Amino acid sequence: MKVTYFPGCTLRTKAKDLDKYARKCAEILDVTLEEPDDWQCCGGVFTTSRDEIATKLSSVRALKAASDKNQPLVTVCSTCHNVIKQTNYAMQNDEEFSSRVNNYLSKEENYDGSAKVLHYLELLRDTVGFDKVKEKVVKPLEGKKIAAYYGCLLLRPGKVMQMDDPENPTIMEDLIRALGAEAVVTPYRNECCGSYISLENPESCTKRSTKITKNVETYGADMILTACPMCKYNLEKYGSGVPVVYLTELLAEAFGVKEDENAK
Amino acid sequence: MQRIGVFVCWCGSNIAGTVDVKAVAEALKNEPGVVFSTDYQYMCSQAGQDIIKNAIKEHNLSGIVVCSCSPRMHEQTFRKTAQAAGLNPYMVEISNIREQCSWVHKDMEKGTEKAIILGKAAIAKVNLNAPLTPGESPVTKRALVIGGGIAGIQTALDIADAGFPVDIVETKPTIGGKMAQLDKTFPTLDCAACILTPKMVDAGQSDKIRIFSYSEVSQVKGFVGNFDVTIKKKARYVKEDLCTGCGLCTEKCPQKKVPNEFNLGMDNRRAIYIPFAQAVPKVATIDADYCTMLKSGKCGVCSKVCTAGAIDYTQKDEYIEEKYGAIVVATGYNPISMDKFDEYAYNQSKDVITSLEFERLTNAAGPTAGKLLRPSDNKHPHTIVFVQCVGSRCANCAEKGKEYCSKICCMYTAKHAMLTRDKYPDTDVYVFYIDVRTPGKSFDEFYRRAVEEYGVHYIKGMVGKIAPEGDVLKVQASDLINNKQIHIDADLVVLAAAIEPDKSARPLATMLTASMDTNDFFTEAHPKLRPVESPTAGVFLSGACQGPKDIPETVAQAGAAASKVIGLLAKDKLMGNPCVAHSNELMCNGCSSCERVCPYGAITYSDKEFRMPDRTVAIRRVASVNEAVCQGCGACTVACPSGAMDLKGFANNQIVAEVDAICK
Repeated sequence: MKVTYFPGCTLRTKAKDLDKYARKCAEILDVTLEEPDDWQCCGGVFTTSRDEIATKLSSVRALKAASDKNQPLVTVCSTCHNVIKQTNYAMQNDEEFSSRVNNYLSKEENYDGSAKVLHYLELLRDTVGFDKVKEKVVKPLEGKKIAAYYGCLLLRPGKVMQMDDPENPTIMEDLIRALGAEAVVTPYRNECCGSYISLENPESCTKRSTKITKNVETYGADMILTACPMCKYNLEKYGSGVPVVYLTELLAEAFGVKEDENAK
Repeated sequence: MQRIGVFVCWCGSNIAGTVDVKAVAEALKNEPGVVFSTDYQYMCSQAGQDIIKNAIKEHNLSGIVVCSCSPRMHEQTFRKTAQAAGLNPYMVEISNIREQCSWVHKDMEKGTEKAIILGKAAIAKVNLNAPLTPGESPVTKRALVIGGGIAGIQTALDIADAGFPVDIVETKPTIGGKMAQLDKTFPTLDCAACILTPKMVDAGQSDKIRIFSYSEVSQVKGFVGNFDVTIKKKARYVKEDLCTGCGLCTEKCPQKKVPNEFNLGMDNRRAIYIPFAQAVPKVATIDADYCTMLKSGKCGVCSKVCTAGAIDYTQKDEYIEEKYGAIVVATGYNPISMDKFDEYAYNQSKDVITSLEFERLTNAAGPTAGKLLRPSDNKHPHTIVFVQCVGSRCANCAEKGKEYCSKICCMYTAKHAMLTRDKYPDTDVYVFYIDVRTPGKSFDEFYRRAVEEYGVHYIKGMVGKIAPEGDVLKVQASDLINNKQIHIDADLVVLAAAIEPDKSARPLATMLTASMDTNDFFTEAHPKLRPVESPTAGVFLSGACQGPKDIPETVAQAGAAASKVIGLLAKDKLMGNPCVAHSNELMCNGCSSCERVCPYGAITYSDKEFRMPDRTVAIRRVASVNEAVCQGCGACTVACPSGAMDLKGFANNQIVAEVDAICK
């Protein structure tokens, strides 16, 4: 099957592994990721001020590209997913917003909100199916104790993301189990790592990230699993040293396509 | 031609605020059949009723239309008024210009126009009304109480006290309900068992009360005064009449790993069990899901040790049929599931418990013999955090919580906090709340004592996150008054879970054709004036099945429900509803459509002789209606293809006349 794939700018710079393994694993799962020709940064943050239109236009263009091909729009970065899904929700439900956005766009670019936005995790769960993911595992991750970390953006606002219960999610744990590892449920898995405050106030970020990683340590997890480049950066840099891996890296490892880092 | 009087009520400003009542009275004066029309401030008052009575006599009225509130409110009132003046009560029509007009309109002109149209419709109908006389039906002088908690017990005791036999059907092996699980009761702190168990014993020993424990109502037929009920007595594999309740079997049973529901799973019981020492009836029950003998045929220990020979592995569910004159619903409540509130880590830590679990932990007959110990490691907790409104007043999270206030939590949390500080002065106790609601007799004083005398830390604000870390629970909360985030390392967290009606209530309501609200609480016939009656005649409500209630309120309502039942059972005959279906046998083609749709089984078919043209006689199959059973729902009149079925008081031609009057 073919889907439109929006990598996002961080996946071209800091988070190359997230992107690389997303593509490799999709291939194994018979999913073709088609990147739109001229995508731009999603905007980075979904601003809630209603007159803020300009930063949402690039998301709308990506959505339009997917809807033209009648494909779902798949993203893997938590931030891109959040911004694009919220933008799409506003296009579907806020008439004033959608007409103002369309006024900015050329007539051919006008978009009606018909594209479906999927996070890579949703693609695995709902389109491919965790059963099929399990079948493709060649190196089960037996013995590994992995704590899923959702962060704040992946599931909220719950009404818009429609991905999982924001307080009691299971999607990442189900993936971890499908790959043969042990899922460690930790209470701070849906708390914020500090996000961009790491630039302004690293101390505050250290407080938050350390609280999360220290708590994970008490549960005896070997590593933290995330979908978000920002979370990985903060938890690694400001946390207490628990390794943080991208979900696509883990998937690649179980599928036996992860490159040996020492060989590089 | 009728001589109709029209009476337009102001209802103070309720109607007159948006409807020009004088204009309505004036406009309706000229309708066909109307000979008198007036308005008055409160038509339902004595003075208003006198206006109607006088007009009936003075103008020799044959029918009246009262333009006022909903017929559910005052139809009976005005029917009685008419009757007192010598008019057949079924010659009264109510035109609802309050709920369906003035309350929903803001514009005086439009409201008035609509009120006039509604009045015209009622006049058109009353022009076709005929006097009706209700039939009589006998009353079975026995009551059924469904649910054996404090509500059901109190209702049954009061009914029995008046001399009427009453049966309690309880789904659990013993009566007692939630109150039996409680430790102490607010605001007087009497021990729950000390005030409940004597009532349980009274119920068990009363010669007027039969207790069907471990039983369910499986079918209800009939109507007020004449209910036919089937009770399913579940197989408990113990002969109730032989078991002495000695408890030897419950000590010898080798299956020791059954979660004990009475202690909310905090300890284990055997596969054969008596829920608690003061159970009524004190009879053992075998849990078929866990009994090795019933599952694999190998064991039989209880049978061997039972000197009374009461064990019977072959027992089957038994169905009992009984007639009742009245039914009282007392199905109670349960705390909601905490599965969807993972921010409080209920499923992640054994030391996050609900308030009902806390009751068991502090109860001398509970799993810790009344010592407050944490479930995870049996250590004495020093810092205890209570979180109120978990799932209550949850307007933004209707998918996991409840919109309403559960009412009892503020008081029991104050009780828990106070008792903890009293018994264990070395503890720090925090209570997080949205509001503290204590509007009951001696309630606010009780809460103030918890704060002022016992030093409980009440903090306005909600807990956002509870993170179990090692052996502490990291509680993050907001203090709204100091505008601060608070972090507490707690040893034990107690969640005041919202309460919801018992799951058995919804199917029961269907069986009883009793109405419920969106939260599955039973609806009362009138929220203020008929609070213990269901809108379905003969069905009464007792306790928390009608809405969240504490014990004093439950007992008060239980007594009120009992008095309503006694009032009903004291009658020898009941006046029926004359607005019932009847079949025009000449038009009936015997198709059985009406029989199939009738929810009350009121329609039967029989073969009758009819005189045909040329002096021949034909035998035709025609429908007839049992007027005592018919509830006048009208389903048959719609289903009848030949138009033979009609409803007295709501005849097809009357409805059409109303529609014509509206569309004219």
